[in-house]
Amino acid sequence: MSDVKKIATRQAYGEALAELGGKYPNLVVMDADLAASTKTAMFKKVYPDRFFDAGIAEANMVSMAAGLATTGKIVFASSFAMFATGRVYEQIRNSIGYPHLNVKIAATHGGISVGEDGASHQCIEDVALMRNIPGMVVCVPSDYVEAKAAVQAAIDHDGPVFLRFGRSNVPVINDREDYKFELGKGVVLKEGTDVTVIGTGICVDSVVKAEEMLRADGISAEIINIHTIKPIDEELIVKSAKKTGKIVTVEEHSVIGGLGSAVCDTVCRHYPVPVMKIGVQDVFGTSGSADALMQYYRLDAQGVYEQVKEFLGK
Amino acid sequence: MENLELQKLANKVRQGIIISTHAAKSGHPGGSLSAADVFTYLYFEEMNVNPENPKDPDRDRFVLSKGHTAPGLYSTLALRGFFPFEDLSSLRHLGSYLQGHPDMKKTPGVDMSTGSLGQGVSAAVGMALAAGIDKKDYRVYTLLGDGEIEEGQVWEAAMFAGFHKLDNLCVIVDNNGLQIDGPIDEVCSPYPIDKKFEAFNFHVVKADAHDFDSLRAAFKEAKETKGMPTAIICSSVKGKGVSFMENQAGWHGVAPNDEQKEAALNELKKAGEALCQM
Repeated sequence: MSDVKKIATRQAYGEALAELGGKYPNLVVMDADLAASTKTAMFKKVYPDRFFDAGIAEANMVSMAAGLATTGKIVFASSFAMFATGRVYEQIRNSIGYPHLNVKIAATHGGISVGEDGASHQCIEDVALMRNIPGMVVCVPSDYVEAKAAVQAAIDHDGPVFLRFGRSNVPVINDREDYKFELGKGVVLKEGTDVTVIGTGICVDSVVKAEEMLRADGISAEIINIHTIKPIDEELIVKSAKKTGKIVTVEEHSVIGGLGSAVCDTVCRHYPVPVMKIGVQDVFGTSGSADALMQYYRLDAQGVYEQVKEFLGK
Repeated sequence: MENLELQKLANKVRQGIIISTHAAKSGHPGGSLSAADVFTYLYFEEMNVNPENPKDPDRDRFVLSKGHTAPGLYSTLALRGFFPFEDLSSLRHLGSYLQGHPDMKKTPGVDMSTGSLGQGVSAAVGMALAAGIDKKDYRVYTLLGDGEIEEGQVWEAAMFAGFHKLDNLCVIVDNNGLQIDGPIDEVCSPYPIDKKFEAFNFHVVKADAHDFDSLRAAFKEAKETKGMPTAIICSSVKGKGVSFMENQAGWHGVAPNDEQKEAALNELKKAGEALCQM
């Protein structure tokens, strides 16, 4: 496993902005004093005239982004997920969501894999907050390749988009020639018959590895990557539910309002099956290394493997 | 435009405020009336706007940060020719393009959706920034309530605008002295307003919100001020023009009933006729 490349999705975000800035002269990037961490500094370096630092004033940043968007700019506004969504939920809802403006809330440091900074900085509610805004697209890329593709897709999409990137280095799992990214389309990574396991973001890697362990135990798991939580790929989820009759969701987010809830909304309506939601179980995060926390919250491959087996009663 | 013409138009703007809030059985007449002369001056004298092409990319922008006074903005836009004056009576009705608070997607001439206090001013700063990027010379105006500036976000926006020397931005504060819970200096006083904006690197001008000579001088000074944004602190009377609404916090968010509407319109029409005989 040592030859697997590990890169943070926030790195892909910064690189994508810097690469696409030339192609899109109306691309504007904003930050709130975290440009080095969110990687928007990479865009700033190349296009200083189209980069604005709001200082430590997130509310003003996202509302200014709305004003810029009214003039035809594509605006990416970045901070840590906690401050880019939680602190400014109402600004995003009223000044960006309601007028359906072309602003991309690109949040880094989502989830508990933020690590040592602890609960105050580990946003596990961002997907829930953004999902409930009408017209908001919610996208959580799983790796470097997908994160880059998601930035391009967000530019191509006319309207508000929430993108969640991570702090920690994670394996590159999508570097294959036939990789295609389409907003709103889930990806079947492995077909199976006993249980459907759906992951999002950096948990897709855990799910892929857990599948190998399950297979060794004779369990056939269908593995799906849902990078777009809204609009969610209902067709794909229902099709898989009909095949396996059981779903497990895995996310580095509260089990309230995130991927698990979105999947439940889908199957409740179209084809009810039992769903187990693996995620942060209605508790706050805590300090620790990213790897230690993924293990502690049972979001690593071993944790997913064990919980799927518990769910299947095996 | 002569002051007398502006006064006649402002009188009609006030009538529209009464007609629309009465028809809606709700809305905010007090702060709409206090800002009626400012709305009139902006749309009939100051701003470069075109009702035939409301989305002209080179137009001046206006953001009603105190979005609850939409009846004042709508009445002005209607008189300026953006939509029929008769439609004001659809205010706040189901299916109307005149929403309770400004909606840029529904109403011609509305440059930004607002209503949640403190956010519009930031959007205006964003528009002013965009003019800089695009090397356009349009100006951006935003109207705030004096209670609204209790919102912390207003000062985030002011800090940014002052720091970036956005001299195409003109912030107007409608200083009528009253907010829902009472006089602003009894609720949580934002005074001194002028010194606060000065401290945030604004050029500050004081004006009488109901005197067109004063407004003319203030907006001229704002336009001529380079290297920093301008804040015009407009001293105004809440409910101005309708005697029983003047200086009453209670008329912040209450609509006139049938009787009150007739009394208010009679008073305004008389004042309008007097202007016509001048």
